[in-house]
Amino acid sequence: MVGGHLTGLRGDRAVVVQTPQAGVGAPTARDGGLYGLAREAGGMTDEGWFAGRDPDDEGALAAAVREGRADAPADWPARAVAAGFADDREAYYERLHAATVRATREDALERERAADQQLVHAVRAMDDCDRVANELAERVAEWAGSLLDVDVAGVDGARTVADHSPDTRAENRLVSLARRVEGLAGEADDLRTFVERRAPAVAPNLAAMAGPVLAARLISLAGGLEALAKQPSSTVQVLGAEDALFAHLRGQGSSPKHGVIFTHEYVRGTAPDERGSAARALAGKLTIAARVDHYSGELKPELQAELDERIERIRSRGEES
Amino acid sequence: MTPTLPEGVERRPLAGEEHLATRGPPVYGEPTDGTWRAWDPGRSKLGAMLDLGVETGLAGGDSVLYLGAAAGTTASHVADFAGPTYAVEFAPRPARDLVGVAADRGNLFPLLKDAREPATYAHVVEADLDAVVQDVATRGQARVAALNRRFLADDGRLVAAVKARSEDVTAEPGDVFEDVLAELEETYEVLATERLEPHHDDHLGVVARPR
Repeated sequence: MVGGHLTGLRGDRAVVVQTPQAGVGAPTARDGGLYGLAREAGGMTDEGWFAGRDPDDEGALAAAVREGRADAPADWPARAVAAGFADDREAYYERLHAATVRATREDALERERAADQQLVHAVRAMDDCDRVANELAERVAEWAGSLLDVDVAGVDGARTVADHSPDTRAENRLVSLARRVEGLAGEADDLRTFVERRAPAVAPNLAAMAGPVLAARLISLAGGLEALAKQPSSTVQVLGAEDALFAHLRGQGSSPKHGVIFTHEYVRGTAPDERGSAARALAGKLTIAARVDHYSGELKPELQAELDERIERIRSRGEES
Repeated sequence: MTPTLPEGVERRPLAGEEHLATRGPPVYGEPTDGTWRAWDPGRSKLGAMLDLGVETGLAGGDSVLYLGAAAGTTASHVADFAGPTYAVEFAPRPARDLVGVAADRGNLFPLLKDAREPATYAHVVEADLDAVVQDVATRGQARVAALNRRFLADDGRLVAAVKARSEDVTAEPGDVFEDVLAELEETYEVLATERLEPHHDDHLGVVARPR
């Protein structure tokens, strides 16, 4: 967790620079870019947080605490008194207290809110880009089959078509469409990189255990880290399998054993007979990880060790029978 | 051994046991007696150092920069006996709790900042402090101490809890401490070290003064 935010913010801007396509890239620019700019706007000074501020303008003072910078500390209390910002040291500390409490409360809230919601947007956008790219790639393949007499399936096929030099108007349109597919697939890759970098900062334990993309999907399906932390583990186990779950509740079919956590090696790599147990064990630990991430934010590597041990027991049980 | 506790920190019988204690509003459900509240060395590395009799140089009423304040458990006790206490924490979630702890302590100033970037709080934290208390669970703990040397008075004290697992989870803690101390010696003169077992595994308490 420590170290994640600042590098993460720089990362956002890097992603924006690489993919200037309008629309899809825009929300990312909003979250990282402006915050980064605000940080830089403080500039380097040798002035205290109170310099040139109205002692009664609490909002501006809190902003100065958040955004200001200085090369070196100084005897700020004495300087503030000399500048008439406060009558004496005691009065200075009172103002400092009010300003730092307000600044830190606002800053913490803003960054907490921002962090998990940005992750939710990013992972949803990633899935959207993947889905649409695949859909359009099918159209490209159909069209290319009729026009160029080639068999080009999937996004890789669309990339091949995108490199084709068009000779006719129809080919112009086809190649242009193929390039859009290529662009969308590239955007999905960039979004995945963003998610992989951001998830460990938002939910360090969950990301370590589930992998960053699955962690982001779980947060997204629950609607946020707090919402995920409040889910019972039986719900986490079937997040993403809502259709099957409600079909089961209507009396059609068996209850789903797993939702998106199926993508985790501990579920997918376990023998089918034991998958339900593995999914239940994994969901239990992921739920705890999400709670630790939301309520304390501390790293708990022992969670992973406990899960490893549990899965090993489940798998060896499967081999015996 | 007669360890010197800072003024405002006492060993007192609380809830049937002798505890380190400070005077202030309770924070985490600790046992209290009147205005005194227990300082649990198992939840606080500085508390463990004081409990183990380490000579920290803290006298009471000191001006302090606390790096790695987390939710403010230890920082609240420091603010109870110290003067102006600047508490830097990097993660937003614990910072929210820290704000709650600071709200009813007029001398505790919470800051959501990165201890590896002192320029982002040098416009708030005053110079010539009596002590820097450091408990950051990040790699490069010696570097953090060196970077924050600028806030200390020449006769000030660095009181640090070095966490071996933050530097390298696989290495022997003893080897890690040796490396960290060697790097620390470039900017500080180390006055005392103490392993913090049984309160905290694989932690080394360090007291040092600027060179």
